[in-house]
Amino acid sequence: MKRKNQRLVLLVLAIGAVLGAVLLGMSAMRGQASFFYAPGDVAQKGLPLDRAVRIGGMVRQGSIHRHGDGVTIDFVVRDDTPSTIRVVYRGIAPDLFRENSGVIAEGRFRPDGIFLANEILAKHDENYMPPELQRRGLHKTETLE
Amino acid sequence: MIAEAGLALLWLAAALSLLQLVLGWAALRENPILPVREADGEGDRVKRGGGANGLSMPLHQPAAGPPPHGSAAGRTLMNFVRPVAVAQGVLAGLAFLALIQLFLRTDLSVQLVAANSHSAKPWLYKFAGAWGNHEGSMLLWVTVLALAGAAVALFERRLRQDTLIATLAAQAAIGLGFYAFLLFASNPFTRLSPVPVEGNGLNPLLQDPGLAFHPPTLYFGYVGISIAFSFAVGALVTRDVGPAFARAMRPWVLGAWIFLTLGITAGSYWAYYELGWGGWWFWDPVENASLMPWLAATALLHSVTVLATRAGLRAWTIMLAVVAFSMSMIGTFLVRSGILTSVHAFAVDPLRGAFILVLLAFYIGGALILFGLRVRHVKEGAAFEIVSREAALVANNLLLSVVLGLVFVGTLYPLVTQALGHEISVGPPYFNAVAGPVALVLAAMMAIGPMLRWRRDALKALAGRIAIPVLLSAAALLAVVIFAPGIGWLPLFGLAVAPGVAAASVAPLWRRNLRRTPFFIFGMVIAHFGIAVALAGMASESAFTRETLVAARPGQIVGVGPFSVRFLGVTPVAGPNWTAIEAELQARRGGGAPAVLRPQARLFSSPPTPTNEAAIGTWWDGQLYIAIGEEDAEGRWQLRLWWKPFVTLIWLGGGLIALGGLLALIGRLRRERRGHPEEAAA
Repeated sequence: MKRKNQRLVLLVLAIGAVLGAVLLGMSAMRGQASFFYAPGDVAQKGLPLDRAVRIGGMVRQGSIHRHGDGVTIDFVVRDDTPSTIRVVYRGIAPDLFRENSGVIAEGRFRPDGIFLANEILAKHDENYMPPELQRRGLHKTETLE
Repeated sequence: MIAEAGLALLWLAAALSLLQLVLGWAALRENPILPVREADGEGDRVKRGGGANGLSMPLHQPAAGPPPHGSAAGRTLMNFVRPVAVAQGVLAGLAFLALIQLFLRTDLSVQLVAANSHSAKPWLYKFAGAWGNHEGSMLLWVTVLALAGAAVALFERRLRQDTLIATLAAQAAIGLGFYAFLLFASNPFTRLSPVPVEGNGLNPLLQDPGLAFHPPTLYFGYVGISIAFSFAVGALVTRDVGPAFARAMRPWVLGAWIFLTLGITAGSYWAYYELGWGGWWFWDPVENASLMPWLAATALLHSVTVLATRAGLRAWTIMLAVVAFSMSMIGTFLVRSGILTSVHAFAVDPLRGAFILVLLAFYIGGALILFGLRVRHVKEGAAFEIVSREAALVANNLLLSVVLGLVFVGTLYPLVTQALGHEISVGPPYFNAVAGPVALVLAAMMAIGPMLRWRRDALKALAGRIAIPVLLSAAALLAVVIFAPGIGWLPLFGLAVAPGVAAASVAPLWRRNLRRTPFFIFGMVIAHFGIAVALAGMASESAFTRETLVAARPGQIVGVGPFSVRFLGVTPVAGPNWTAIEAELQARRGGGAPAVLRPQARLFSSPPTPTNEAAIGTWWDGQLYIAIGEEDAEGRWQLRLWWKPFVTLIWLGGGLIALGGLLALIGRLRRERRGHPEEAAA
């Protein structure tokens, strides 16, 4: 290969590779990007039944119930709309999971609207509020005071 | 007084940083750059030597450039830049020590201490707590930046004098922006009035020895990459992009890369045992923020070798240096702005994110413009054939760039759509699906690369050399398919590729006199072997992990994988600033001796926070991981148990990769001291 061409070929290869990566990434994301749903969004957009999603909001006061098997809990997530989501989770809840606190869970909706969570996202900081919840006007202070 | 002194030191350091920039700029103006010099450089000789012997490089490099041709005034100015850089590093270091002193004393009149510390905290966390918060961690960032500049000023002897001055000026320019950020938006030394009686305490999740080790290591890597950036800018300014420059830059890149590798490995292990859900990598934005600079730095490490050895990939290497540090700054921005939902995130002030974003745009934009202006002065490298070490390294660089691109898109795409008013979050399914396969191809390429000769090689000869690794991989694939049917295809191929890569990575030592093998060959072998080890661990963990979730009464026996675990009961225990419920469990496999594991559910007193301390039992072939949850009304306790075969290989592999880097670094420096120039041709 001529030296002159080599640089050009390398450049084309590099640009091609990075573009390819971006395109591959974009198309993969269209397939499985998990949308974020707050209770109000579910009421607005309907239940996403075909894929795994993230939901989030505040855990409603007094809504956490333990099931008989000792490892399953259910609770109600609310936001500043009248809608709520009932969540069922099998596992050990993370340390900072509690009533009147922000929560984000990953899982799937059942056709009856109950959300089966396979994971509740942990937090490092009790004051941390995920941006998705902040943008929906949920703040730590409004619920703690 | 200490707080005021610290602040004064910081202002002084910022002033020196400005001085360093101005002096450097003035010195370079006084000494106009003579582009002629580069034409004499070895790069040109390689070019002329074209088809001839590839080793026709000059045997002795001048230690530094010849005396500058410029005016006496210019030379005087130049002589000042190094001491100023050292002084700046010392001042920033002292400011950081002042902050640590404030934390050790728990001086509650300082806002940062009151907000993040507590007098009853153990000593280690008072110390490490100094950087367990936004302001302190940014001060650490700036301190590392200044110390890196000082280290270059003190120890760099090979770089041409004018390029060195330009490099130090660039480093000072970066420093100025971040000093401004500290002093105007994140002052760690602000006083508080009235003085509170007690501090708020440190987030209990951070009260772990990991805090003392992980952030500083990661920052040394993260910010150490700034040196590569400054070198690149310096060489663009003085038109000095060539093999000698690459040889000077390589140890610095290597050093930062070692720290970055260690920091990521330590962070992964910390999250694994502290978060209590047994995961070691979540593809979380904050994790990706550390992975992206590592990918870029790894590519840079390999391309700088092509530049040093074969005078090729000049513009590309410069570009990678810019990209690598850009990734560090983007990472800082992501972590410090809290703009993306993260399991590792802390409550933050969004305004600070904007400040970093402006700095980031300024430095990356500036470097790219300089690159655009100067790229035509960067000479083309020597040619090489499709089947050659260079070509393999180019493929390595492209694949690393592709992985970097994929992670970058996945991490930042949600920000873009969010700005368009439409929210998405990208999770592990995306990253595993797109980055996994490319990473496996990359690992295979890594196995082949070191077996190829520089300049040109024959496919037939290569086929003979890779026969054994390929057979090993095929055998592993067959074995896994037969004995462990039904595992995901990504772990399946991971398990198949790992043994082949492991075998191939030690191949460069084959039939070599080991005593005469240079250190950097050992370094490469060990680092590549470490990749295979880590790959095997990741694949094994994803394929073979067994999990049991139960609510158990004391006395009950629970099975997980090959273990039967007897839950003996719980007892209350207390630490210096926490109380806990501690469970006692006895794990037994077959007829083996029982091991006792004690997971805790802790309650910290200040701030009152529950945390989960998993208990981990390590065997030669894996780890048993047990977390305890809550007690229910019937007296049963939630227990979550995992058996993770060979999970330890992940971090062992990470350690080996860093060790390989260290050996390579020692090898390069020793060789240099003995006066050998360069020859890496294995």
